[in-house]
Amino acid sequence: MESDVLKKVPVREQEPQVRAKNFEEVCLGYNMEEAQAEASRCLKCKNARCVSGCPVAINIPGFIKEIQDGNVEEAYRIISESSALPAVCGRVCPQESQCEGKCVRGVKGEPISIGKLERFAADWARENSISPKKPATTNGKKVAVIGSGPSGVTCAGDLAKLGYEVTIFEALHEPGGVLVYGIPEFRLPKEKVVKPEIENLMKLGVKIETNVVIGKSTTIDELMEEEGFEAVFVGSGAGLPKFMGIPGENANGVFSANEYLTRSNLMKAFQDGYDTPIVAGTKVAVVGGGNVAMDAARTALRLGAEVHIVYRRSEEELPARVEEVHHAKEEGIIFDLLTNPVEILVDENGWVKGMRCIRMELGEPDASGRRRPVEIPGSEFELELDTVIMSLGTSPNPLISSTTKGLEINKHRCIIAEATNGQTSKEGVFAGGDAVTGAATVILAMEAGKAGAKGIHEYLSNK
Amino acid sequence: MYKILKAEKLADKIYLMDVEAKRIAKSCQPGQFIIAKMDDRGERIPLTICDYNREKGIITIVFQIVGASTEKMATLKEGDSFRDFTGPLGQASEFTGEDLEELKKKKMLFVAGGVGTAPVYPQVKWLHEHGIEADVIVGAKTKDLLILTEEMKEVAGNLYVTTDDGSYERKGMVTEVIKDLVQTQGKKYDVCVAIGPMIMMKFVSLLTKELQLPTIVSLNPIMVDGTGMCGACRVTVGSEVKFACVDGPEFDGHLVNFDEAMKRQQMYKTAEGKAVLKLREGDTHHGGCGQCE
Ligand SMILES: Cc1cc2nc3c(=O)[nH]c(=O)nc-3n(C[C@H](O)[C@H](O)[C@H](O)COP(=O)(O)OP(=O)(O)OC[C@H]3O[C@@H](n4cnc5c(N)ncnc54)[C@H](O)[C@@H]3O)c2cc1C
Ligand code: SF4
Ligand code: FES
Repeated sequence: MESDVLKKVPVREQEPQVRAKNFEEVCLGYNMEEAQAEASRCLKCKNARCVSGCPVAINIPGFIKEIQDGNVEEAYRIISESSALPAVCGRVCPQESQCEGKCVRGVKGEPISIGKLERFAADWARENSISPKKPATTNGKKVAVIGSGPSGVTCAGDLAKLGYEVTIFEALHEPGGVLVYGIPEFRLPKEKVVKPEIENLMKLGVKIETNVVIGKSTTIDELMEEEGFEAVFVGSGAGLPKFMGIPGENANGVFSANEYLTRSNLMKAFQDGYDTPIVAGTKVAVVGGGNVAMDAARTALRLGAEVHIVYRRSEEELPARVEEVHHAKEEGIIFDLLTNPVEILVDENGWVKGMRCIRMELGEPDASGRRRPVEIPGSEFELELDTVIMSLGTSPNPLISSTTKGLEINKHRCIIAEATNGQTSKEGVFAGGDAVTGAATVILAMEAGKAGAKGIHEYLSNK
Repeated sequence: MYKILKAEKLADKIYLMDVEAKRIAKSCQPGQFIIAKMDDRGERIPLTICDYNREKGIITIVFQIVGASTEKMATLKEGDSFRDFTGPLGQASEFTGEDLEELKKKKMLFVAGGVGTAPVYPQVKWLHEHGIEADVIVGAKTKDLLILTEEMKEVAGNLYVTTDDGSYERKGMVTEVIKDLVQTQGKKYDVCVAIGPMIMMKFVSLLTKELQLPTIVSLNPIMVDGTGMCGACRVTVGSEVKFACVDGPEFDGHLVNFDEAMKRQQMYKTAEGKAVLKLREGDTHHGGCGQCE
């Protein structure tokens, strides 16, 4: 295979016009030949900078070398030493600001496509039925993990490998956290990718009890005092949606991104034969500029709507991954930048009929270092719409912190925990992921899950 | 899987089921609800808890057929199972946390409309078990739609039953009974709890505001997760937006924006109508007839 060493081997994708109408995965991934060609671009650096950019420190040159040599099973084994969800991470990690952002190849040309190679190894392992093995013996110590998102799953997997008897308690009817209810099918296939990764976890001996809302069905104190759990890891995420507080926001046709995405992803409203309804909309505005906003916008597009992203800063400040913005544009999402909603206009039946917006310009930098958007007086205008999706960020749910004695939170309602081992203010209780940091990323949640497992192992070993 | 130990038709379109759900039965309180999901493809349906047995680990639910999902749910029989059954969700009724001696000094009036009798029952029963007899008004369209009347009789202080068409006991709306008790008979109540269709709770609240009788209502907006994650259930109470699934479902009836809540309940009516037709007509339903728009 001919390739320019300065350029990535291109990855095959569904054509934008085609994929804008379906929920199939956008990126098709590398085949063996492409993966080996890409792997051969890697310099296998001694002090590999890519590894320092990876929150879970995967031995990147190590697994890439195995791919180049055609030993994909060994490549998968190397990745699995550090990551419990390689098929997920290869798809949704912001590699451009992590491993690939540090890659020396990136100085003169394009960095190695580390994410796509990770995905290739993980997909290959799944297709060839390679999975981790259950440890021979358990140590008889029970640990409870709350939440089955990336942090909880990682923590549970690591503890199971160390011989603990782990039970995950999940509030929803399906394990996976944001991976099943938030991130859409076309970026992260549920049956094909997420489910097998969860099944691998169960093969390690982890039990999952769904439909248990900690703080309601039972409490952390009861789990420890009555059910014999010696330690608890809280990985309950940051699921509480924010709204703007502008007039008209409770009109019919205004949704949080969480609701819209949950209806489509978790409840599968986009597929025939499922009972949960969704308002597809014909002209939709998504307010916000993060990954979640892109996902909501591209979901609405696939359901047949004309979709506008309404964001108050400029393109440069969009918090979403560059790849996602690029994909959204290719598919025909319209970006109304430097624009902020002031009111949602409502018809006589209580449905959205439009949104009054104001144009913004960038002023002085604010606390976050980004230039603060300021309103341009007299620039108000109306957008005609029938659906508005609010994607303004989320915060942790107080259900657990408010029902657990001695568990401290900060002013953003985040649980206070040590970064190195997840220890909270309550003995035996550890926490990590979005519940501690506020909404962040899959890989950072996994890093926190690892730290929590380490913290719990140390705690129970010395007890 | 959550096994159905008993399934019974109480009245036209109204069903009662006993479901095995140990964790919920252990921790639930009057005023709380559960979310049931029938099978892989079903909706998540919020239902108030009608009764519970902590020893046996049983939750009793009562539901009315209002759309395709509840129509399917009504076909479940004893021995079948729900795929998912989550709870208890929402806040317990405020009085369950009050000082018992203080509570005993209060005179409470419950107003139940239609299938709303089911969530009123565990509240009145709880009070009865704690030595407090509350007065209860039960209203229904007609005699055949009355449910749990015998059960209620056993736990209520005075029970007043009324039907819109006069086919059983009193004739007229529940609001007329309230007027009769408070204005004509001069009864004094400290608090009223009204649970039933949104329109009934609205009119009860309007009346009790006039009568200066503090009133609590239990809202049943559209929900998805029931844990505060989606905001589908948001309602306006006074000047604040609340999530009914975590902040409620019970709120101050004098502050709830009922008109907005009723409009929001209609959000999926078109989609729901189509689903019902599709369910009833099966493969013969192809749309386009205009019936389901
Ligand atoms: C639409 C969307 C797109 C995203 N895209 C990306 C992306 O491309 N790349 C990326 O890296 N990150 C992305 N993120 C962020 C990423 O998904 C999260 O940072 C990550 O999932 C956090 O993991 P977690 O384990 O902390 O929590 P979560 O994944 O939120 O999982 C928490 C779990 O805990 C459960 N839970 C909560 N409370 C309770 C309770 N009381 N009892 C029992 N269970 C409970 C929840 O139901 C949930 O399943 C995205 C997020 C969203 C919403
Ligand atoms: S920094 Fe780039 S070239 Fe060096 S080992 Fe890592 S991926 Fe390969
Ligand atoms: S039902 Fe989702 S927040 Fe209340």
